[in-house]
Amino acid sequence: MMNDPKTRLRRTMMFVPGNSPKMINSADIYGADSLMFDVEDAIAVTEKDTARYLVANALKTLKFHSETVVRINHPTQTPFGIDDLKVILPAKPDMIRLPKVEDVSEVELVTGEIERVEKENGWPEGTINIIGAIESVKGLYNVREICRHPRLIAIALGAEDFIANLKTQRTKTGIELYYARSQILMAARDAEIQCMDTVFSDVRDMEGFEREVTNSRDMGFDGKSVIHPKQITEVHRIYTPDDKQLTHALKVLAAFDDSLKNHKGVLAVDGKMIDGPIVVRAQRIVDQAKAAGIDVEKKREEI
Amino acid sequence: MIKVLKKTAQAGFEEKNDLIVEVSPLQAESGIIIELQSPVKNQYGSHIETLIKDTVAAEGFSDVQVNVSDKGAWDYTIKARIIAALERGMA
Repeated sequence: MMNDPKTRLRRTMMFVPGNSPKMINSADIYGADSLMFDVEDAIAVTEKDTARYLVANALKTLKFHSETVVRINHPTQTPFGIDDLKVILPAKPDMIRLPKVEDVSEVELVTGEIERVEKENGWPEGTINIIGAIESVKGLYNVREICRHPRLIAIALGAEDFIANLKTQRTKTGIELYYARSQILMAARDAEIQCMDTVFSDVRDMEGFEREVTNSRDMGFDGKSVIHPKQITEVHRIYTPDDKQLTHALKVLAAFDDSLKNHKGVLAVDGKMIDGPIVVRAQRIVDQAKAAGIDVEKKREEI
Repeated sequence: MIKVLKKTAQAGFEEKNDLIVEVSPLQAESGIIIELQSPVKNQYGSHIETLIKDTVAAEGFSDVQVNVSDKGAWDYTIKARIIAALERGMA
């Protein structure tokens, strides 16, 4: 279950500049759930070719523990995106990140390329999936349709371009992104896919970072895009359930199992009624705890 | 089909774990000639030269001068930079 592309944990997706061998070589040691090799905004237009070959060869040769994602250039708004796919797809990344997505036809275009390469190599359908990034108002208006495309397993907010499009700037409160974050989340939940929050670019401001990650976790985001290894630990800490939450979740699951085995109807834990959604949430907390390295089985025996 | 390089071309950066590759066309029957500078030449020189030769040959070229200034690049990086330089030499 943990490695099912649709449900695997994506608390952190770390940007790795696609033309830096030094950063690619060390990217896997920081424990990010996903690594996103960037051949888009991090790469000058004169080096798109060298970056895509570097990333493709790294994917073919190195063994990554983290999920691998490649952010390509836009396939219709730039002359580079289709060439990116031709070089990158045969190297079998887990996901393609489609930036600045505005219309579901763009997802279809990328899906077509993926399907062709999957067939050519005899890989099962769904070997390579897509995460889209909403970075404009137009994209936001089409987000529901975009999210419903079967190849799209996650959606992200790319705030920098979005904010430029809105003619404003990032603030500490995040009020300028509140609507976009909410809309993208609703669309993701409606389509039953994952939802990633945008980067926090001031790596020195760890207090502001903690506040933003806590807020986006509380809104319902599955994870955060990060730009520095030190942000990873912090996100994972914030996304790790505390002892009280884990104990409660394990009690809920135990009571649920018991009710199934013994054909009981309504059940309660600590005096509160338990139903379907509460069981799903409890399972999610247990999964998050496991991913964070907590010995859940030991905890289960203790309660 | 054997490919013939059209012009001299470069790829890569003078950064740690990277390398600069320069490829130039040679006359037919010259073969693949390599000039390698590397801080690890004593230990890995022959490994790197074999890797360069194999990569150039696998890309379909037979007569190429390859000058490499290595800064401790891993194999995948050497390969990627050579492929990019050869492609640039065909543009």
